[in-house]
Parts: sequence; C-alpha cells; structure tokens
Amino acid sequence: MSDRSLILTANIAEADDFYADLLDAHDGLTKPESDALNARLLLILANQIGDREILTQAIKAAKPHGKPHD
Amino acid sequence: MTKIFETPIYPFVRHADHDAPAPARHKVLVVGAGPVGLAAAIDLAQQGIEVVVLDENDKVSFGSRAICFAKRPLEILDRLGCAQAMVEKGELWNVGKVFFKDRQVYEFNLLPEKGHRRPAFINLQQYYFEKHLVDRIQELQDQGAEIEIRGRNKVSAVGTHDDHVTLEIDTPEGSYNLEGDWVIACDGANSPMRAMLGKDFVGRVFEDNFLIADVVMEAEFPSERWFWFDPPFNPGQSALLHKQPDGVWRIDLQLGWDIDKEREKRPENVIPRLKQMLGEDVEFELEWVSIYTFQCRRMEKFRHGRVIFAGDAAHQVSPFGARGANSGIQDIDNLGWKLKLVLDGKAPESLLDSYDIERIHGADENILNSSRSTDFITPKSEMSRILRDAVLDLAETHEFARPLVNSGRLSVPCTYDDSPLNSADALDGPERTRPGAPCPDAPLGDGFLLDQLGHRFTLLTFNADAPDEITEDGVTVTRLALSDADDPTRALRQRYLGKCKSAVYLIRPDQHVAARRPTWDEHQFRAAIRRATGKE
Repeated sequence: MSDRSLILTANIAEADDFYADLLDAHDGLTKPESDALNARLLLILANQIGDREILTQAIKAAKPHGKPHD
Repeated sequence: MTKIFETPIYPFVRHADHDAPAPARHKVLVVGAGPVGLAAAIDLAQQGIEVVVLDENDKVSFGSRAICFAKRPLEILDRLGCAQAMVEKGELWNVGKVFFKDRQVYEFNLLPEKGHRRPAFINLQQYYFEKHLVDRIQELQDQGAEIEIRGRNKVSAVGTHDDHVTLEIDTPEGSYNLEGDWVIACDGANSPMRAMLGKDFVGRVFEDNFLIADVVMEAEFPSERWFWFDPPFNPGQSALLHKQPDGVWRIDLQLGWDIDKEREKRPENVIPRLKQMLGEDVEFELEWVSIYTFQCRRMEKFRHGRVIFAGDAAHQVSPFGARGANSGIQDIDNLGWKLKLVLDGKAPESLLDSYDIERIHGADENILNSSRSTDFITPKSEMSRILRDAVLDLAETHEFARPLVNSGRLSVPCTYDDSPLNSADALDGPERTRPGAPCPDAPLGDGFLLDQLGHRFTLLTFNADAPDEITEDGVTVTRLALSDADDPTRALRQRYLGKCKSAVYLIRPDQHVAARRPTWDEHQFRAAIRRATGKE
C-alpha cells in the first residue's frame, strides 16, 4: 500500500464545532432537502479528495459492518 | 410526397440462382442491408471479393433511427468511398446544452481538435445514410465489382458446415438455397440468424420506454444537442432535441415503464406532448413516431465458424452516446481486411478470432458506457435520483460537477489494448498512438494523413529510413515516408512522435497501429507483420 491511504484516525481539529456546523446546515430542512444537501456535500468533499484510490477506500469504509467487499 | 423510406430502392428481381439445379456458391453472403451490412459489402467488394447482400426488405430504414455519426466511422466511410456525400448532406453540430427542470445548467462545446478531415459528429437520418451506401454499391457495380443486393430475400434456414454455410431464402416467388464460403450476419438487434443458430444474447434489460418522434418544422432552434433532465413538459423523465437535415428534428421523450405503447404512439397523444415542449405556436408536422425499449447485451462470441456476426446482431447498447451504428461500422472495418487475407490464403483462419477479441473489447466498452449513461438518465433508486439531482444542481454553478453529468458519453473509437495482433510498444511516443490505437488524422500536403493509410499494411516512417516495400509470408507492406518538412502544422509530430526524434509505425489496413519503434529493425518488423496477421 502506498502513502495514498484513507485517514481513519482523528483528523478534524475542533471536531465538536464541525459536527455542530453539520447539524446546523440541516436545521429546518425537510427530509428531501436534507438528503439533497448531504448528496451535494458528499460530491463537493469527494472532489476535494480527488484521489480515486482514497475514494474507493472511503466507500468501502462507509459500508455497513460485515460487508466490506460488497 | 412519398418519403425516401417508402420507396423500394432495391426491388425484388428473380435471380438466375433461383432456378439453378444446385445451390449457387458465393464467396461471401451478407445478411441484412442496414448500415452495417451495406458497409460490409462495400468493404469486401472494394477488395475484389464477390459478395451478395440479402435483405428481407427492399427499402432503406423506415424512419430516421440512427442519426448521429461520429468521426471515426466517417473516416472509415472515407475509406469506403462514401463519407463526403454524407458530410455534405449531414447537419454539423458541436454545442450541447443540458437543462435540469426549468433551467439550463450548462453548455459544452465538443471543440474538435484541429487538423482532422472529419468533424466530431454529423447528424444524418439513417435512411439517407443507407441511401448513400446503396449509391456507392451502384457505383462499384458500374465499375465492374461483383456486388449485389437482393431485395425481399429473407433467410429462413441456416445450415453450417466446416467450409461453407447454406442459407434457405424465401422470396415473393418461392424459396431457393444459396451457399456462401462465409456469411456475415448483420440482421439487427432481433437477428433471425442468431435465433436460427440458437446463440445466446444475454445482458441487462432496462425497464423504460422512449417515445421517438421526427417532426418537420420551421423553427429557430439552433443546430445543437439539447438534453433535459426532469423538464416541466415531461416531469420526472428526460427529453432530447436534435437537429437533422431537411428541417427534421429528432425528439426523444422518456415515458417510463407502465404505459400503453399503442395509445402513446397515436398522434392525438403525441402532438399535445410535443406542443408542451416546443410551444403552442410552433407549427410542425409528424414525420415518424416510434416507441422503443432497449437492452445492453452482447453475444458471448461473434464468430461461429463460418458465420460472423456484426453490428446490433452481435451487440446492443442503449441509444445514449450514439454507440450502435457507429460501433457496427467499426466491426466491419476490423473484419474486412482479415477476411480478405484469409480468403487469399495469406493468413490462417484463426486470424478471424482476433475479430472476436478486438470487437468484444469494443462492445464491452460501449455497453459499459451506455449502461452508465442510462443509469444517470433514468435513476433506478431513490438514492441514485438524489445523487443525480445533486450533480445537476452543482453543475449549474460549479465546474467540477459537469464531468459527472452523463447524458450520453459520445462514441469514440476503441483502442485494441492487449490485442494478440499488437507488438509490444517500443517507442516512448504519445499514448494516443500506442499499438492497438486507431491512427489520428493530421494535415498532409493538400489532404490528410488518413487518405494515405488503410486498405493495405503501411510502414509509416518519420525522419527514419526503411525499405520502400517488404513482403513477409505473402503480406506486402508499403512505406509512407514522412519528415518534419511534411508537417508545417506540427500535428504529425504531436500525434506520432512526441519527444522522439524519429519513429517507424506498422499500420494495419484498418488504420490501427500494430507496432512502433524509434527506427527500422527488419527482424522486429517482420515479426510484427506476422503477429498482426495471426501467425505468431
């Protein structure tokens, strides 16, 4: 494995602030609006990462436990 | 006025073969006179191979059907002597616009690279495309070529043998039998030939219906490709507007799965839909309406002994990306020269197995691309629709999301990477001209490079010495010697040399690269010729 590997240790400074921002962004939105926001955010972050190998690892890491290779 | 596609252009004529005491034997029988079958016949006839085309019909395509022809097939059609008339008749376009709901999210320009004879795309109704091919066949006949089309000759039974194929043919005046050393089956997605031979055709079914309408109108819409996701006039579905010659517009409306096809096709139901899309005041006339569904699938093998499948008969894709007829023409480009070498005894029959390998590679690429387009255009789950809509929303303001928008990945030629006919790449040259790649065009003298390539094996030398002609085991290769002096635009250097000082390319008769090295090396190139003709 190269140095291109997914960070799965704590990497966000002031994590509580970030989490609060995330919740705030959804405040007052309907479920469809929230789903759309999450989807846009996901795409923006994926573009920021860019690296296909990291994105593949992230998709795997996000899958439900017990099904890492689906 | 009678439409071109309502007039018989190769009417039934009782042939002497019909009354022969024993079945007449022909070199090659082509089943189906669509774009692919006609192109196959032309390619073979140009190489001096006797060929008979059998078609159950006697007319060109009913309705416009395939309308979008890409650069590579046009280059192949140049080799077949019919691209110029098509491009003159066709509608050129470069701009595409993408709409989401009631707004335009972005537009793109194909911005074709300079220094190519042919444009990225033309739109031309399939009936014109076929008419140009039939005209070319007529021209070849006038020059004495052994090529003919037999209208209303429907193949009703097939018998396969080690060294020939027998076909039983139904005509308006009864049936007769024919034999062919080889048969090329180009009888379309529902290929009766495939069914008669009991061959598989598996893949993915897309549960969706599309209404396709050709309308004739005097409209101000420009010659652009307009694609709508979820437009107000077709909520939750997609729509496409594309211009064809003669003021005919192609309109494609996604309808969903649970519909009554016969009902949806009736003018009283089609016209209100179109008015919603085009505006109440636009005057138009319906030329042709059809409803289609599609699958993405291919045969496991395209060659079955002496029967070779090509075009939609061998592989089927969704229409998004114009990969149907375009890939069928590329099948023929790949097959013609191989069959000629085999018929002349200059290559083993196994050379034809490389047709399978190379064109299955092409078909898989097309199926992959067109399946992905379809998944984007018609999301199959709630989440895939949410993600799709997020991409479209972001594309309006952020450039990064635009490459994710997939309203069809337009047909580009496939590179035969890993083909057994390729020799290992021995030049540190441009990626786009690696072994297996189709040669990119470039300006040359008063014309273009591709005018000088094809029909035969060519040794293309840049700033390098080599013999003017060599023959390896019956296959003759002629040299095309070029240098920087021939390249005022520097396009040749950019496309074939990169940073290298010199290069020698072995080019196949279908204009694909077989081998390349920095300099001439007799031993290596003789081996490359053997490899490219299925002898290593």
